[in-house]
Order: sequence, then structure tokens, then C-alpha cells
Amino acid sequence: MILLAFILFPLVGAFLAWASAAVNATLPRWIALLVMLAGLVLAIGIWVQPEPASLAGADWRYVYHQPWMPRFGVSLSLAMDGLSLLMIVLTFFLGAMAVLVSWEEIRDRTGFYYFNLLFVLGGIAGVFLVMDLFLFYFFWEVMLIPMYFLIGIWGHGRRLYASLKFFLFTQAGGLLMLLAILGLYFVHGASTGNYTFSYAELLQTPIEQGVGRWLMLGFMAAFLVKLPAFPFHTWLPDAHTEAPTAGSVILAGLLLKTGAYGILRFVLPLFPEACHAFAQVFMLLGAIGILYGGQLAYAQTDFKRLVAYTSVSHMGFVLVGAFAFNELAYQGVVMQMITHGISTGALFMIAGVLYERLHTRELEKMGGLWAALPGLGTITMVFVMASLGLPGLGNFIAEFLILAGSWQASPWITVLAAIGLVVATVYSLRIMQKVFFGISLREFRLKDMTFREAVMLLPLVIAIIWLGLFPQRVIDTASKAAPVVAFQYKEK
Amino acid sequence: MSTHDLLALLPVLILAGASVIAMLLVAIRRNHRLMHAFTVAAFLLALLSLFRQPVTMPYFVAPLFVVDKFAEFNTGLILAAGLSVLLLSFNYFEQREERKEEYYMLLLLATVGGVVLLVSRHFVSLFLGLETMSISLYGLIAYLRARERSDEAGIKYLLLAALSSAFLLFGMALVYAESGTMDFVGIGQYLKSISSAPVTVVAGFGLMLIGVGFKLGIVPFHMWAPDIYEGAPLPVAAYIATVSKGSMLVLLMRFYRDVNGYEYTILWWVLAIIAMASMFAGNWLALMQRNVKRLLAYSSISHMGYILIAFLAGSEAGQEAVMFYLVAYVITSIGAFGVLALLSDELNDAEMLEDFSGLFWRQPWMAAIFTAMLLSLAGIPLTAGFIGKFYVVAAGVSAGLWLLLALLVVNSVIGLFYYIRLVAVMFAPQEGTFARKRLPFFGVFALSALMALLLWLGIYPSVLISMIRDMMLTIG
Repeated sequence: MILLAFILFPLVGAFLAWASAAVNATLPRWIALLVMLAGLVLAIGIWVQPEPASLAGADWRYVYHQPWMPRFGVSLSLAMDGLSLLMIVLTFFLGAMAVLVSWEEIRDRTGFYYFNLLFVLGGIAGVFLVMDLFLFYFFWEVMLIPMYFLIGIWGHGRRLYASLKFFLFTQAGGLLMLLAILGLYFVHGASTGNYTFSYAELLQTPIEQGVGRWLMLGFMAAFLVKLPAFPFHTWLPDAHTEAPTAGSVILAGLLLKTGAYGILRFVLPLFPEACHAFAQVFMLLGAIGILYGGQLAYAQTDFKRLVAYTSVSHMGFVLVGAFAFNELAYQGVVMQMITHGISTGALFMIAGVLYERLHTRELEKMGGLWAALPGLGTITMVFVMASLGLPGLGNFIAEFLILAGSWQASPWITVLAAIGLVVATVYSLRIMQKVFFGISLREFRLKDMTFREAVMLLPLVIAIIWLGLFPQRVIDTASKAAPVVAFQYKEK
Repeated sequence: MSTHDLLALLPVLILAGASVIAMLLVAIRRNHRLMHAFTVAAFLLALLSLFRQPVTMPYFVAPLFVVDKFAEFNTGLILAAGLSVLLLSFNYFEQREERKEEYYMLLLLATVGGVVLLVSRHFVSLFLGLETMSISLYGLIAYLRARERSDEAGIKYLLLAALSSAFLLFGMALVYAESGTMDFVGIGQYLKSISSAPVTVVAGFGLMLIGVGFKLGIVPFHMWAPDIYEGAPLPVAAYIATVSKGSMLVLLMRFYRDVNGYEYTILWWVLAIIAMASMFAGNWLALMQRNVKRLLAYSSISHMGYILIAFLAGSEAGQEAVMFYLVAYVITSIGAFGVLALLSDELNDAEMLEDFSGLFWRQPWMAAIFTAMLLSLAGIPLTAGFIGKFYVVAAGVSAGLWLLLALLVVNSVIGLFYYIRLVAVMFAPQEGTFARKRLPFFGVFALSALMALLLWLGIYPSVLISMIRDMMLTIG
């Protein structure tokens, strides 16, 4: 039941927020904040609880099961292990931040705005919890529409183009995944006589080599687009740049993670053989993404576009780590998912804060802001350092673990990926240089951080430092998760 | 004919009787409101009569008709569709024509034709039903005489439908000449008794396919659709898209089943090519369309292509998928055309893309309904269209139609583009003040009910699925 709450809280809250706009235009944001905080408290409550001693390696902490469409063998089946727990905590944490970010930025049609915001978060929570492949596809698609509205209605300049591109790319990937899901469903049904979408049962499917590879590629189509991996990343800079700040935070912090989660949860355990066969290809794609994304990031003059390309670069590490097939890299991937969500989310928030003051995102028009905004400058410094992988901050742990793990799988690709760290240093420092150093041409005074902005940025600072200093807690939690089992697979 | 025979055909009889009474009512006194109420009552009565079928199914009214669960379900679907069209019609005609009453008579007659198609198992009843429906449609399409486009559409449909009927008739004659029988099962037995079909029969089937293809509006017999949809009164366009196409599709399923159509590979390939061509033609032509009526026309061509994929899967799941998709398609088509009808004013139909700009801020409820309908057409979750598309893909995968499915995926993405663009237009920011148009109660009620149904089927489709399964098991 508690799992259902994670999905229902945002969904019901979405409708409440929309309805409450009729009473008072500021009510929806309070409702949204309360819903997110309630979910966060609930999730952290589960996290800090000591695990039951009986819990073996890949057991579920909570399970919820309810038949839904017996004709197809679809059931409302939810489950939570360490991986989903971490993702749920991240969802509600960043969700609450996204509400705070929108506090002042969104002034018109607030009811519908918070409806979409909560709905997309509900969809994301669903993706992280469902253990039925039909339902997974269902929630995968449910996330899209509200995100499309968030970008298309409240976005910046070329919002229609960006939202449409985002929608078509992800939908095309999603439909290929649907074909693969159905293919798996019928392969399983034909060999066992039991037609079901249940994750646990599909794991036992005996798959022929050729069929398995095609199905795996179907799944990967959706996840590579979402991740996004080179060469499917072109939707991302547009969507991130034109989205409202909260939209960018959710896109970068959570939506991209659903792709990574999909790889860990579904692709690796369902098709271990096919994954081994294609591992080098995907790792190479990841390494290309790291370098190519980093290079493009350096060339950008738009703050948000720059951060968007750093996402392409950082998510490349996830792809490299996921297909390295060992536990070290896997831990790194989980760390990277969380730390990238926090650090990139924070950078987008800073872009939003700057935009509210300067009404521009052009790096060339900034410069010399340290004197005016020392508080914001300090916080930006933290996240820029996180982004370039400074030891002591979460991202360092993540990237270090991934590189250490992938070295065992493929030294050459690891070398390529490691060069990405140098690129990261260059583009990250460029942010500081262009925005905060140099000469200020401004003659008017700018307000430093307000209380609300401090409230939304400081928890992120604390989180990223905590993750850098005490990563063990997260690694322990993540180690109790299903993908771990996949690493025991050995090539015959 | 025994009493039981008459009772089994009660819905047809009620509608036919009602159309006669309607004619008399017009003769006594012209009153739009009264006429509308009477027609609604007739449809409701016909719907009610479905629930009290005294006969055991399947029941044969030899030699023309068969009444089985399959026919009963589709009769219900078509009557419900007709009823929704009726509820959307009142206001639309109230503000346009001075002579509105004959419209309802024609609508009743057209529905009689449609229901006859659903229960027929014989060439004679097929042709009777088809012509009853077509001839009523000529009048319905050209009903707004004062409008140029309406006249043009009426004439166009008249010529093309007459031509296609001629093809159909000639095809039937050829098949009859060889087989010596006109009922579907008889033809099936004849085909089984011969080793390979003679040229005459093959040609006959080919000619019949032209007639059927025209009614379904599939490529290459689709040219009429956009012009007719654009010219016809909006409720009539909704009617053609759903009742006319739906009843023909059901007939095709029954005919195919009775003559074991799945055993003929050439027939299969012909239909497969038609399906591919329909998907691509419909979606490509809709892509840059700025007229929403024409856009919906093209989209309905592509949806017929999707339905054909499920149809070609041939399996049990395929037939179920066709039925589920048909239900979803009927709901969304009537809903989409209904929104257009309610938003139209005395002078102009709401049809251009610009008419919908910022609709969400002017008429939030209408825009929400239209969005739901479009998303269902695009096959997005939480709507019936999603489950329908899922069903179709599932049927296709189980039959291994990978080529067709790959094309379906490509086309879904193309389709998404123009559906989503229309949604985006509705949510475009609205500057300045605007007058809020008052909407008729019944129309809004009908659309709200359709949307509720759409969401219900999207979230909890089990009831409809098990109903369709039951019905397909006891098909007569």
C-alpha cells in the first residue's frame, strides 16, 4: 500500500492543485509543496529504517500486487528495492525543489502548471516502482504529456519546436520499446503457455540468441533516446534550454534517470546474453557521448544550453558504467544518477535565478557578477566543482567508481572516458569565468540570494557534499537490488 | 415470418417505424424540438430493445439475417453513436436551417440501413442495407442547401457511391453466377468444394472489394473522404466516419469469416498493401493540413489502415482488437467532430487551425475534451485509443506481422506530429479579452459522457474486453 501512496500522492495532488486555483492563485504551489514534502518524508522514513535481517541480496522491500487486465496478464504490480528507493527519494527531493523554483517564476495559470508538474512527477514515481512491463510502458508515456505542456506553455522562445521535438523523439523510442515488450510477452507465452507482463516471470524467459538481441535493441531504443546517448541526444539541448526552470530541473534530474533506470532494471537482467554481445558498442557510444557532449558544451554561449550539453557528457558515464558488467561500475552508475540529478538540477536553478535578475541567458552578457552576488557565486562554485569531478563532492565518487569498474571491462574505452574529465574541467571552469569573474559593465545593483532561493539551493549543497564524504550509505542501499544478479551471468 | 423473427429484428423495425412516424409528424406540424425529442426517444427505444432479446442466439432469420451477440453488440455501438450524433445535432441545425425536421428522418433511415448491414448474411440484405444507408446519406450530406460546399459534397458522394455500388453489384453477380448462391455460408462452402477459384469469382471478389473499400474510405478509394467531411454538416461527418464505416467493417468481418477469407494469400496481400497505403497516405496528407475537418478525414483513413492490420492478423486476438479499436475510434471520432460542431456559430464552422488558437483559455472544458480525443487518436495512455493501439500491436506481434507493425510505428510518430500540433495550438496563449460562447447543454452532456467513457476504457478496459471475447466466441 505504501508504494501506491508514492504514485497517488502526486496524481491526486495534481487534481487538487488544479481545482484549488479557482480559490486562490497561490494555493496550488502550497499544495504541490506539501505533497512533495510528504512523499519525501515517507521515502526517507523507509530509507532510515533498518532493513529486515531476512532480506537477501535482491529481495524486494515492499511489494504490492493487484490484477488489472487479466485478459492480457497485466497487473498493477509495484515493488521497491534499494535502487527504486533511492530513485524515489531523489524524485521527491528534486520535486520539492522544482516547486520552490517555480514559486515566483510562474505567475499565470498556476493551477494548470502545478497540475502538470505533479502529474509528471507521479508518472516518474510510477516508472521507478512498477514491476509489470505493460504498466512500465504506460507510466513511461504518462510522463510525456505533462512534460510536453510544461515546455510548450511556460517555456521560452522556441518552446513549441522544442516541446514537439522532445515528444516525437521520446515517443518514437517508446513505440519501439512497446514492440519489444510485446515480443518478449509472446516469446514467454509461447514457451511457457503463461501470457503475462510480470517482470518476475519474464525474467525466467528462455530466449533464443537472435530474438533476444532484437528485443534488447527495442528496449535500448527507448532508453538511449531518454538517457540521451549520442547520436540520439539532439532533442535534449532544445528541450532543456526552452523549458521553464522547474522543467529543466525535472528533465535533467529525473527524466534522464528513467532511461538509466530502465537499462539497469530491465535491459541487463532480461537480456544478459545480448547485453554482453553489444556491451562494447554501448560503452563506445557512452564514451563518444562524454567527449562529444563536453566539446559541444564548451562551445555554447547560452548558460542553459551549456548545462544541457554537460548532461549529455555526464550521462555518457552512465552508459559506460552500466555495460561494464561489474558491481563497482554499477555502484558508480547509481551514484552518478543521483549526483548528476542534484548537481545539474542545481546548475539549472542557478541559471533560473540569474535569468530572473538579468533577463538573459547569454554568457557574454554576464561577467563580473561575484561582487554583486557573492552568495550565489559561492554556491555556483560548489556545483561547478562537482560537475568537473572534484574529490570530496558526490560526482567524483560516481565517476571514479565507473572508471574503476569499466577498466576491468575495456581499458581503451575507459581511457577515452577519462579524457572526458579533462574536458569537464574546461567547460565547467568556463561557467565560473564567464559569469562571475571578469569586469562588470553593470551600473545597477543586483539582489543577492533571497531566503527562498537559499532554502532551495542549500539542501542541494548539503546533499552533494554529504554524498561526496559519506557515499557508503547510498552504495549499501543500492547493492540490495535486482541488477546485481545480472552480473553473476557468465558468458558460456 | 414468425413472431420470433420479428422480435429478433426489433431494433430495425423500431427505427423503420419511427422514420415513417417522423414523416407523418412533419406533415402535421413542423416543430424542431418535438422532432428531435421523438428521434432521441426512438433511438433509446431501439437501444432498450437490445436488452430484451427474447430469442436464443445466434438466431437465423432465414435466409437474409442472422442475429448473434456480434451483431447485437455492434447494433448497440451504432445506435449509441447515432444517439450521440443526434444530441450534437440539435443546436447545430437550430442555428442554421429553417427546415430542419427532415434531417432526423434521414438519420433514422440511414441507421436502419446500417443495422441491416450488421445482421445480414446474404447479398440481398447486404445490398438493401447499403443502399438504404447511402441514399439517406446523399440527402444528409447536402442538407445545408444554401452552402456551396455542402451541395458539392452531396453530388460528389452521390456519383461516387453510385459508382461503387455498381462495382459491388457486378461483383456479387459474378460470384453468384459461378457459385449459384448468395448467402455467405453457401459461398464459403462452394469455395471449399473447388480446388482453385475460377477467374470469374476472383474478379467478383475484386469488384466487391472496390465497393467495400469505398465505404471504408481506404486507399485508393479514399479520395472522397476529405471533400465530403469538409462539405457535410459536422454531425453528418461524424456519422459517416463512425456509423457508415463501422457497419461496413462489421459486415466485412462477417463475410470474411463465412467465406474463410484468411485462406487466400492473394486476398491477404491485397489487403496488406491497402493497409500500408492507407496508413501512409492518411498520415502524410494530414501532416500539413490546416483545415481540421480535412485533417480528421485523413486521420480516419490512416486509422482504417491500423484496423486492417489487426484484421489481417486473422487470429482471435486480431478480431477482438478490431472490435476494441472500432469502439475507441467511434468514441473519439464523434467526440472530435462534436467539439467542432459545438464551437461552430451561425456563419462559420470551426474548422481552420486558427479557430482553435488559445481555445484552452476561452473554453477550457471543450479544449480538454478535444485534447483527450486527439490524444486518444494518437494512442497516448489513459485513453481508450492507447489500449486499442496496444491491442492492435499485440495482435500483430502474435501473428508475426513485423513489416506492418514497423510501418505502424513509423506512422504513429507521423500522426503524433499533427495531433500534438493541434493540441499545441489550443494551448497557445490568448491575448486580450474574449466573449465566452454559451454552449448547449445536451451537446456538452454528450461530449462529457464520451470523454468519461474514453478515460474509463483507457484505465479499466477489462469489462469491454471480456464482453468482446464472449461475443466473438458465440458468433453465428
